[in-house]
Amino acid sequence: MAGGVFSSYYSSSSSIMETLFQRTLEDLIKGLRLQLIGESAFVSKAIEEIRREVKSTDPHTKSTALQKLSYLASLHFHDMSWAAFHVVEVMSSSRFFHKRIGYHAASLSFHDDTPVLLLITNQLRKDLASTNEFEVSLALECLSRISTPDLARDLTPEIFTLLSTTKILVRKKAISVVLRVFAKYPDAVRVCFKRLVENLDSSDPQILAAVVGVFCELASQDPGSYLPLAPEFYRILIDSKNNWVLIKVLKIFAKLAPLEPRLAKRVVEPICDHMRRTGAKSLMFECIRTVVSSFSEYESAVKLAVVKIRELLVDDDPNLKYLGLQALSVIAPKHLWAVLENKEVVIKWLSDEDPNIKLESLRLVMTMVSESNVVEISRVLVNFSLKSGPGFCNEILGSILFTCSRNVYEMIIDFDWYVSLLGEMSRIPHCQKGVEIENQLIDIGMRVKDVRPELLRVARDLLIDPALLGNPFLHRILAAAAWVSGEYVEFSRNPFELIEALLQPRTNLLPLSVRAVYIHSAFKVLIFCLHSYILQSESITSSFSDNLVLGVSELVLKRNMLEGSDLTTCEAPSAHRSEGFNPRNQSYEDLSIENGGDRTINDGQTSTRAFSEKNIFTYESIINLINQVELALGPLTGSHDAELLERTRHILCFIELIKGEITECLVQKGKTLESEEMKASKIIKLMSDAFSEELGPVSVSAQQRVPIPEGLVLKENLDDLETICADIQVPPSNLFSLGSPYYGEEVGVSPFGLQNKEESEPSNEATFLLTEHRKLHGLYYLASEKNEIVGNDYPPANEPKLQDNPKNDTEDLVKLTVQSLATNKKPNHAKTRPVVVKLDEGDLVTITAKRPETKDDLVSGAVREVLLGSDTRTATSQSNPSDKSSSKRKGKEKLNVDRSELKENLGDSETPKQENPSSRKNKHRTIGKERRHNSPGKIGKEREENGQKGKQKSSHRHARHKARHRADAPLNVVSQTPVIPDFLL
Amino acid sequence: MIHFVLLISRQGKVRLTKWYSPYSQKERTKVIRELSGVILTRGPKLCNFVEWKGYKVVYKRYASLYFCMCIDQEDNELEVLEIIHHYVEILDRYFGSVCELDLIFNFHKAYYILDELLIAGELQEPSKKTVARLISAQ
Repeated sequence: MAGGVFSSYYSSSSSIMETLFQRTLEDLIKGLRLQLIGESAFVSKAIEEIRREVKSTDPHTKSTALQKLSYLASLHFHDMSWAAFHVVEVMSSSRFFHKRIGYHAASLSFHDDTPVLLLITNQLRKDLASTNEFEVSLALECLSRISTPDLARDLTPEIFTLLSTTKILVRKKAISVVLRVFAKYPDAVRVCFKRLVENLDSSDPQILAAVVGVFCELASQDPGSYLPLAPEFYRILIDSKNNWVLIKVLKIFAKLAPLEPRLAKRVVEPICDHMRRTGAKSLMFECIRTVVSSFSEYESAVKLAVVKIRELLVDDDPNLKYLGLQALSVIAPKHLWAVLENKEVVIKWLSDEDPNIKLESLRLVMTMVSESNVVEISRVLVNFSLKSGPGFCNEILGSILFTCSRNVYEMIIDFDWYVSLLGEMSRIPHCQKGVEIENQLIDIGMRVKDVRPELLRVARDLLIDPALLGNPFLHRILAAAAWVSGEYVEFSRNPFELIEALLQPRTNLLPLSVRAVYIHSAFKVLIFCLHSYILQSESITSSFSDNLVLGVSELVLKRNMLEGSDLTTCEAPSAHRSEGFNPRNQSYEDLSIENGGDRTINDGQTSTRAFSEKNIFTYESIINLINQVELALGPLTGSHDAELLERTRHILCFIELIKGEITECLVQKGKTLESEEMKASKIIKLMSDAFSEELGPVSVSAQQRVPIPEGLVLKENLDDLETICADIQVPPSNLFSLGSPYYGEEVGVSPFGLQNKEESEPSNEATFLLTEHRKLHGLYYLASEKNEIVGNDYPPANEPKLQDNPKNDTEDLVKLTVQSLATNKKPNHAKTRPVVVKLDEGDLVTITAKRPETKDDLVSGAVREVLLGSDTRTATSQSNPSDKSSSKRKGKEKLNVDRSELKENLGDSETPKQENPSSRKNKHRTIGKERRHNSPGKIGKEREENGQKGKQKSSHRHARHKARHRADAPLNVVSQTPVIPDFLL
Repeated sequence: MIHFVLLISRQGKVRLTKWYSPYSQKERTKVIRELSGVILTRGPKLCNFVEWKGYKVVYKRYASLYFCMCIDQEDNELEVLEIIHHYVEILDRYFGSVCELDLIFNFHKAYYILDELLIAGELQEPSKKTVARLISAQ
């Protein structure tokens, strides 16, 4: 602290004093550790100091200030871009000590957009050419960090020089930096590639390590271009003793081998040798990985690798375990036996303490799932998830859900089982997969007809359990269950129970949106009950008087038409006295009981098709039901949520509408007033018809299939309309989301005057309710809930979906494409399996195909350019640089030099003659005993090929020409590649 | 290639950061925050690899310091562990049984040594002796 006070006191007056009392880096660090005023306060004070000091003319003060600043920037993340110019100043200092601080600060804080970058070009050039190798390496380090296209371009000549310098320290750094230079300035490839390749022949291990590292990176981007260098890499693979170098070479071969089978054949044996012999786990693992990823068709190699994987799996070291599992999952798609062989170990690690290992083994277990064992594996996993913590439990559930639903549930044969598994999974305490389970429940309901009874049972069990309502993760599942119970209520044994569950008081724990689903489902169930009741009473009536049976519907129609106007008037008041109605209702109850009693007896005696379930629809029970609904929903009429309120209103109004008639007509039953009853029953029938319309899955791409009308501009920015459209609600967007053809016709029906419409235009009412229902439950009519979101959030008139959330869309599309592809592949898996409705997704393929492509173009455009460049270079390099390398070797291997030289010369001079190639080939074979000498031979051979083509003028030009060829047509690669392996074999 | 190197203390203090791929200052703090959350909470007997945003992070704890390196999917984790160990050995040789305080007060030297070990995210110097000698020579 004292230092700080002093320095601030003196700083203005004397720079000497400033220097003397400047806090060093150590002071700063110590101060920071001991500070009492709070770190941020201390740091901002220190920065203030630095700002002053860095302006000093004394290089020492300046550089110390900069050093302190870079400390704060790198470890305390303070912005130091303001000091960029000072960094440049310090970089240009003549003292190495200061220069280094400057360079360090630069590589720490500069980025491509730093404005002062233009200023450092000359400094870098100067330092790159310096005789002090430490200065050179500083500059190289800096360049590796912040090379911009301009810098890379301007400094390429210096790098080129350094690539063949005799100073090992500098050369290896230059080699590594070349990678960055290539990436920023692809033209540098033309200049430097030759020398880079020369370095592959270097005897110095450090140089070799660096250059192999560079090629490893290059080859990972575009392996094809480096095939011609395979012999060099092969030599390193055989000769090198350095594990780190070997690992890199293996990585290169892993990339090259799939491109050239003959190369793979040649290389696989040495790789296995390394795998057997090496004691280093890293190298062994690399061998394993290379084999399982790129040599999976070589049986013996794979077997060896699996043996080694097994060793890793049973090792105590968690790292090796983990890597072993990873290697297994790489090989699983092609050699499932490898996984099956290690099944017990894999399952054992499912309970490892390390979550990463558990996850890997879970993935592996999932790869083993097939149609035959999906039931057992799921059982094991579900049991396992019960025992594990929340995180892993959900991983397990997620992967079961994912695997089972893959390709439209292709693995599932017994859907009853799967649906009950879903129900079971919902009850697992940690389960957080609500959304996914919800989607699948509904999806299966819509796709698989045969499973609906079981589905309803599962839904019922979920709904009836009041404990589940308290778990927020389950709310989505409950929404699905409620929907199922409403939609497939006809399979229910006891619909009253469902209504009771749907309206139980604890539903107030649900979020409003889910509650709305509950109420609407209750509506559906209610309609179903009433309808069943009416059907039943009709059948009874028919048993009373057979001749009436057929006449009923006709009569109803007629009367309704005649009395339509009357009815509207008499219904209107009933809506208003909703509250006053209840007591009256009670008074009727006594009567109704009697009637009900009669009915059941009659039923038992007369009806021929009466099944036991039908008996529950007694008059009493219906009245009870209605009362119950009214009671439960009454309080909700005061709800503030529009959705909830609206649905409640629908159902209550409906009850108002029918209640009077039902009760009245029943009282008067036995008399002749059939018409009254018919009215109510007609309404109910219509409603029931509306709800019993089958819902099918809808393609996500349905929207795209709607042809865009001419003159409709979708892409235009319609933001201005937002304010205008904000009031207009959903319908248009739902129009496309619905499978039903009716909907489109009925959109026009205005959602007003429920009662009037109902009476005068019954059919409209029904379809209106249908549309209304669909509108409210758009969620379940569609393949996904996205559309509802879209409908709510955006004014519908705007670009409908094509442009909304493209990310999700593409994801879904990709998924669906996979589905459709799989469908094509395997069209008949409906043996004993129930029919699963699938959508014709033919056009999806094209859509998805388009999207990634454009992305690809964007991303790889630049990369490809680089690689094309390097490609050209590869070709040229083969002719020229190895001439050099061979001459270099001259000194070392006297015996062979003359010959190889001769050969080279031959290669150079020989061009147009056609006979030469063959003769030289022979010669070459005899000479090339030592592998090292094969490389020039290869070049010679390549040239021969050129010669045979008879196109060459100058070798350089020729090579380029060839490279261009290759770039244009991939086929050419094939035609050219034989050059290498021929030689290798 | 190696995308970045982090040294984080057991208490979550950052002791050294080196970025070989471009990350903005904001991203850097975010990366460090996220990774230290993941790595520091892992128990002692677990594996040294963490999958992270399509990359792999290899970490190893030496005394009170976590050495973390972020690499590509296809890179060799065990090799990176060896590199980390190599770095620690060089530090040890240079400082003489290195401890966290050495790195705190000589943070720039830790950087210089790292620069001799890695350049452009690639390993460049397999020999410990040379590195130590070079750093002292400078």
